[in-house]
Amino acid sequence: MIEVNNIHKSFGESKILKGISASFEKGKTSLIIGQSGSGKTVFLKSLLGLHVPEEGTISFDGRISGQMDVKDKRQLRQDIGMVFQGSALFDSLTVEENVMFPLKMFTDQSFSEMQDRVSAVLNRVNLPDAFKKFPAELSGGMQKRVAIARAIVMNPKYLFCDEPNSGLDPKTAIVIDNLIQEITDEYQIITVINTHDMNSVMEIGEKIIFLQDGLKAWEGTSKEIFKTDNESVVDFVYSSNLFKKVRQAYLNEIN
Amino acid sequence: MNYIEHVGKYFQMLGQVFKRPQKWNVFKDALFREIEDLGLKSVGIVAFIAFFVGGVIAIQTALNLESPIIPKYLIGFATKRAMILEFAPTFASVILAGKVGSFITSSIGTMRVTEQIDALEVMGINSLNYLVLPKIIAAVFFYPLLVALAIFLGIFGGWVAGALTDLFHSVNYIEGIQMDFNPFLLKYAAIKAVVFAFVIATVPSYHGYYVKGGALEVGRASTQAVVWTSVVIILLNYFLTQLLLS
Repeated sequence: MIEVNNIHKSFGESKILKGISASFEKGKTSLIIGQSGSGKTVFLKSLLGLHVPEEGTISFDGRISGQMDVKDKRQLRQDIGMVFQGSALFDSLTVEENVMFPLKMFTDQSFSEMQDRVSAVLNRVNLPDAFKKFPAELSGGMQKRVAIARAIVMNPKYLFCDEPNSGLDPKTAIVIDNLIQEITDEYQIITVINTHDMNSVMEIGEKIIFLQDGLKAWEGTSKEIFKTDNESVVDFVYSSNLFKKVRQAYLNEIN
Repeated sequence: MNYIEHVGKYFQMLGQVFKRPQKWNVFKDALFREIEDLGLKSVGIVAFIAFFVGGVIAIQTALNLESPIIPKYLIGFATKRAMILEFAPTFASVILAGKVGSFITSSIGTMRVTEQIDALEVMGINSLNYLVLPKIIAAVFFYPLLVALAIFLGIFGGWVAGALTDLFHSVNYIEGIQMDFNPFLLKYAAIKAVVFAFVIATVPSYHGYYVKGGALEVGRASTQAVVWTSVVIILLNYFLTQLLLS
């Protein structure tokens, strides 16, 4: 379990996170939502260790990230898989080399063992024919799948995704959402997704945390988000007419 | 950010760069890639410029030696000295600051703005060590060879210019280049090559690594990197000359 306890983070004079607490459970897909500037990215980067909170603690299965020595931190990093918004694949490496990179860096496996592992994860993300291609030769959806393959190649305990659907068409976005949820379930990992995509919220949000002005304003499931009377959440999630109608239809149905 | 802060941050960066590589096999692969990108791919431009600069020095010297009492072997001697002392180590380095410096800044800067550096950090990799150390080692070991090649081709270019223009005789030119050979001058050229190689690898890396924004900022950082690398080379050239030759 990841437990976040009252974290604060500022940049100069501006306070971005003003005391957020949350927990993320194994085998569940948790989503962080909120308007631009609400602190989602800083929150995710704090979980990843790219930002160090001034106050509060973040613990990964009892290991408090701020109190670890360099060796433990390195070990924790190897337990983390990350899918970046723009995929962040290494341009100069092929798909196979990109996915193999963490194995080369952190394991003593032979080349054939690494190839087998790469082949297994690329098959898992339905990309069996892309081994020798470079990232620039792939579509956005394929790049995201390679990024997921690279994130899971080391069998991580924690998977973080920053806007995994950004720039994708709705059909591909659903494929990526489902893939992340299947992997979370299959590998029993803790998945935290930062998203603006309301389809993702409805489809895979087993736990949803709504951030507003650096604070946690609401927490619940995708079912509870239909029924919530929290005005900020309703304004944000149901800002489009389509979603307003969907919500109304749902509420009429259950009443 | 003022200049002193930049200098401090640059040395902090070097502190992270000079750490033991996390995996020697990965480091070796990166080193060979950098030798190709920074060294082998620069051979053509350095050879081309050195050859013609050597030719021009020989022609200019010949045209300006009008007095019959000045011996003609001075043309070969002047070409050799100019190539060893300044043109090969300094001129080639300023050219490489443009070619290699902009490549380093734009490649590292693009990695920064596309979150590839964040990806390395999240994996637990010391990104500065992984990205910059192979560049420094490749440059520091390969550039003295490039400078040696430039010296040879510059002197050869001077000889070819004489043969083509009939401004001086080959025998006189060869006598000039063999005259008063001082091995320390080659050491001086090698020292300058090593120091300038270090600057060419690190200053553009600094500009690329700490870039913020998008494509426009990467472009600006590349320009700044070339300017600052050239400025640092010119200043160090002055101090090294004072230190080693006076």
